Amino acid sequence: MVNMEIFSDPTIARHSLEAVIKLAERFKEKEGRIPIFMEVCGSHTMAFAKTGIKARLKDHIGLIAGPGCPVCVTDQKSIDAMIQLSEEPNRILCTFGDMMRVPGSKFTLMKAKTEGKDIRVVYSPLESVIIAQENPDKEVIFLGIGFETTIPILALAVREAERKELKNFTIWMTTKLVEPVLRVLLDSGEVKLDGFILPGHVSIVLGKQSYNFLAEEYEISGVITGFEPVQLLSSMYKLLELLLEKKVDIINDYTYVVKNEGNLVAQNFLKQYLEPYDEEWRGMSTIPNSGLVLKAKYAQFDAKKKFKVVIEEPRKTKCRCGEIIRGLITPEQCILFDKACSPTNPIGPCMVSTEGTCAAHYQYMREE
Amino acid sequence: MVQRISLAHGEGGELTHQLIQHVFLKSFGDSEQVQLDSAIVQCPTQTIAVSTDSYVVKPIFFPGGNIGKLAITGTVNDLAVCGAIPHVITAAFIIEEGFEIPKLKKVVESMAAEAKNAGVTIIAGDTKVVEKGSVDGLFINTTGIGWIQEKHRLKPEAIQEGDSVIISGTIGDHGIAILSARQEHGLLTDVESDCATLNHLIQELVEEIEGIRIMRDPTRGGLATTLVELCEDFHFIVELDEVSIPIRNDVQGACDILGFDPLYLANEGKVVLIIDPTNQHKALEIMRKNVFGQNASIIGHITSSNVDTGKLLLKTPMGTTRRLHRLTGMLLPRIC
Repeated sequence: MVNMEIFSDPTIARHSLEAVIKLAERFKEKEGRIPIFMEVCGSHTMAFAKTGIKARLKDHIGLIAGPGCPVCVTDQKSIDAMIQLSEEPNRILCTFGDMMRVPGSKFTLMKAKTEGKDIRVVYSPLESVIIAQENPDKEVIFLGIGFETTIPILALAVREAERKELKNFTIWMTTKLVEPVLRVLLDSGEVKLDGFILPGHVSIVLGKQSYNFLAEEYEISGVITGFEPVQLLSSMYKLLELLLEKKVDIINDYTYVVKNEGNLVAQNFLKQYLEPYDEEWRGMSTIPNSGLVLKAKYAQFDAKKKFKVVIEEPRKTKCRCGEIIRGLITPEQCILFDKACSPTNPIGPCMVSTEGTCAAHYQYMREE
Repeated sequence: MVQRISLAHGEGGELTHQLIQHVFLKSFGDSEQVQLDSAIVQCPTQTIAVSTDSYVVKPIFFPGGNIGKLAITGTVNDLAVCGAIPHVITAAFIIEEGFEIPKLKKVVESMAAEAKNAGVTIIAGDTKVVEKGSVDGLFINTTGIGWIQEKHRLKPEAIQEGDSVIISGTIGDHGIAILSARQEHGLLTDVESDCATLNHLIQELVEEIEGIRIMRDPTRGGLATTLVELCEDFHFIVELDEVSIPIRNDVQGACDILGFDPLYLANEGKVVLIIDPTNQHKALEIMRKNVFGQNASIIGHITSSNVDTGKLLLKTPMGTTRRLHRLTGMLLPRIC
């Protein structure tokens, strides 16, 4: 039985913070610079901002938010496609709430909804299967975004639709995988990193071993951790220890939920229904085999195969979410941040999402 | 066969008369006022406080209350936190065709009961019925009038460094109760809305205690948004102490699951006040004796006054500090 309370215990957190600062100072003395870590997961980005850890450590550790918010990395064309799909009569579009305000090239799903399109917010893809069952005369299309945490549930929804023999349920698959995007980041050499703070939830599905490539091929360490202050600080402490000892390793600091091999049931489920696909990422164009789509035998549930949409190349805006997702700039370096772009009028997805880097900075780290 | 509201109930004829007689007057009581097109009110003070609010909460019935109770508590509390004694209230109903009359009766009975609790009289009303789909069941507007007590006038201009911030109880209860009732998040909690009239508690405070600078009821936008507005409007800086802010475990748990921050969730039965620190313990004592103030806590202090830009800061349990802003861009359902 894990005592969860220690992970948010203020006294332990304060001591952990001091210990991290001490180690970071040792690194700085040795290397003449501060260490740079990337937190891959959007929930970690929010947690670092909300707890004040990021602001407190800014002179000791550089924290770069990575491409781990599923909303932020969803390409504009997927939004445009969904809006286009909604224009036909007798269609119900279902989506996670965060996607409602993500700007497409012209407008958002929210605006389409206010214009009378039947667009519904659901909290699970399984809800959209029920909606399809209850509306047999309408096509129900689910906007399937997400990383490895969410993808098994999308596959589960397809299995449910198959069991219920539904002919009116499809998913517009625009899923993302962690490994390919981390490889692209590291191969590009755009950001210099000293270590990764690895996602908690995705790792439940993937397992610790899925990150071995970081240590083996790129000689960079990573620590899988949870979302409480002590867990966040512990991951930094362990990364600093490895750096100071000149060691490279992948550490599972979230052992009570993450196993070495991950969730095999979920993994097999993914293999049964899905196959790799060249996925388009916002701000990063297409990355080979970086997403999963339904296999050909499930084509009847694949909205991309069932419906024709003509998507134009979106016009360029001054939004720099693409660079923010890649960790190249901070939100404050974007000319739109806290001016034209805010959570009430978001121009880029990083400001929309509850896990977005811009939203985290706006809500928890804005000084003006 | 359940009786339902029809468009004819809003036509001003026989059915309207029956609705007024059998539903509204039955609960609110008959008075000479209804014979006139306006209520005539004797005003014992030079200065009155007037507050109006519309209630569109979804669902209409939720754990701890319903739209009717909320329509009284919300307006009564708005008057009370201004230092007024709520006295009379009006109630206007916009009802969707097909709305069940027994449900309407329940709502109206709750309003009557809550008005009685608060000691306010419902003196005027209006009923409109609109076609199915034009409103979501039932919307209510209430307007309240209260007497300002000169000797207990609040003095926000006296806010100074060292003043204390007190909240009357746990935060976020109403927001989570509504979210649970909507069953949209698969959220199952026993949290009840805190909606309650606070005028008696507040009256006791203003009568017993000197040095209350200002009060607010932190409804939509929650405690954080309310305090940010105060900081900006009156040019001071507040530092809240996160560990001192009372939050129910189940509310915190629900927030953790849903990614909400309890500081931004609605409350419907809480008052936050800024007070001279020499009187803070007496204020706490009075509040904690009252059922609606038993979890009252000192949650922060004014660290600077008369600054150009007011700010709300939060000291985390780790000792780090971050700035809090108004609620931004959360997709929240209709909560009041």
